[in-house]
Amino acid sequence: MAVVERRPTPRLGRLERPALTGVLVREIVNYSSYWKSSTFSSTVEPTIYLLAFGFGFGSIVSTIGGYDYVEFVGTGTVATAVLFSSAFPAMFGTFVKYQFQRTYDAILAAPVDTEELVTAEALWMATRAGVYGCVPMLVAIVFGLDPSWGMLTVPLIAWIAGFGWACFGIAVAGYSKSFENFNYVVSAVLTPLFLLAGSFFPLDNFPEWAQVLANVNPLHHCVELVRHAVFGFEGWEDLARVGAIAVFGLVLWRIAIRGMTQKLID
Amino acid sequence: MERELAIRLRGVVKRYGEITAVDGLDLDVPAGTCVGLLGPNGAGKSTTMRMLTAQSIADEGELQLLGYTLPDESKQARTELGVAPQLDNLDTTLTVEQNLLVFAHLYRIGRSERRDAIERAIAMAKLDDRRDTRVDKLSGGMRRRLLIARALVHRPRLVLLDEPTVGLDPQVRQELWALIDALRSEGTTILMSTHYIEEAERLCDTVLIMSHGTAVAAGPPAQLVREHAGAEALEVYGPPARLAEVEAEAQAAGLRTRRTGTSVSVLAVDGNGFHLDGERRPANLEDVFVLLTGEEIG
Repeated sequence: MAVVERRPTPRLGRLERPALTGVLVREIVNYSSYWKSSTFSSTVEPTIYLLAFGFGFGSIVSTIGGYDYVEFVGTGTVATAVLFSSAFPAMFGTFVKYQFQRTYDAILAAPVDTEELVTAEALWMATRAGVYGCVPMLVAIVFGLDPSWGMLTVPLIAWIAGFGWACFGIAVAGYSKSFENFNYVVSAVLTPLFLLAGSFFPLDNFPEWAQVLANVNPLHHCVELVRHAVFGFEGWEDLARVGAIAVFGLVLWRIAIRGMTQKLID
Repeated sequence: MERELAIRLRGVVKRYGEITAVDGLDLDVPAGTCVGLLGPNGAGKSTTMRMLTAQSIADEGELQLLGYTLPDESKQARTELGVAPQLDNLDTTLTVEQNLLVFAHLYRIGRSERRDAIERAIAMAKLDDRRDTRVDKLSGGMRRRLLIARALVHRPRLVLLDEPTVGLDPQVRQELWALIDALRSEGTTILMSTHYIEEAERLCDTVLIMSHGTAVAAGPPAQLVREHAGAEALEVYGPPARLAEVEAEAQAAGLRTRRTGTSVSVLAVDGNGFHLDGERRPANLEDVFVLLTGEEIG
């Protein structure tokens, strides 16, 4: 018997807009069912950090590196908020959607490839990080941080960093055999990077090797970029930092796609 | 007129390490027909389904679906394919309508047709009064109807149904059969996997009996029964000791038997003079399955 003739449709390419849109629509519709809790936690958390560190350390050290402590922490925790709204949901959300809800099976049965799925998920989380990342800064404004024009670039910085960390989280979920493995990543990778970012204290007093190491910490570049955006950019240095977090994002993007492909396609 | 093939598999092999899940499978699904993959768990049905969406990549063999070659042109093929998986993967915190909306986007239905497509799917699933209900508040039968309707939202030419009624009670199963039958009468090509004999007999034009990753027989259900199991089987009831005797006697007469709980079925008894007290009943697909594979299906 002859085979049904294929429709004369143009060959579909990679990273197509309709596929990305489809996955994003799913996330947006889902978001409409949980935006309250997620907005609550991403607003309340940085507020608590600011209050605790501000009143705690702020009473001992009034200024750090020429900044008021509230200004220092308020800008520093933008990177923390980015991390918490991208890497963590990416790790846990991806695993849940893969393992328990089997959402990705449903999506990949539609005309969507793993590359598009991963990209759209990362774009979505980057956008959330771009918005939620600004919250600590807004809270800090309430506590006395002076608004500046440079702040308008913070959502973009948070977006770029958020894309990288989302891809990091997806890659971890892709290569992890079980949920328990996340503990290793959180303890051995994320916590040190989080502390070696300069969010809560400057890294000037760290041993030199730690300061060198901080330069390969994307979170540190994010912290510095946000501070410079708020208090004044430093030209080439900041461009190099943007380059660093962009490269981090691109590399992790490909690793995430690879990790999820071997997980989802057998 | 000969029908064209919506699905054509030749010599398909899929291995997972030491295990060969699909072992040289040939499969033809003529356009406009309903074909059933019948076999026990582990026969390779689900792996076959996954290969048709390119979520599994075959190690060997040719796969063609709607004229597209898999896995290279799978994405195009999937625009015209609907899939209802065995395990429910609806978004449980979303409403019926939201689930369909998401898939209307994933299947690239244009803005102007989206509303109609969603309404049609809601009507098909008979969930009109539940459109705003969250999925986790639906009954098992409703969820399954939605799962199938979701696969049909873009009017696919070909639909894959993986164990569409598994785990449902008999009444709900019949509702789903009606839904699938309606789909078939509209001319949609269906490939379904099942391990319910009755389901295959009722819905499928052709059945492919699978065992250990390969097809052991294929044909219309009635023809398979006639060819392999004859017209009748003899069903003998009794205590376990009696059943063991019956099995021994039948085997001595060169006949095959199978245990069905409280009875023994002596298969293909017509015309060979074997006689025991028992009920004669028409042979069925399950008998064929046991005869061909030596396994129970259930």
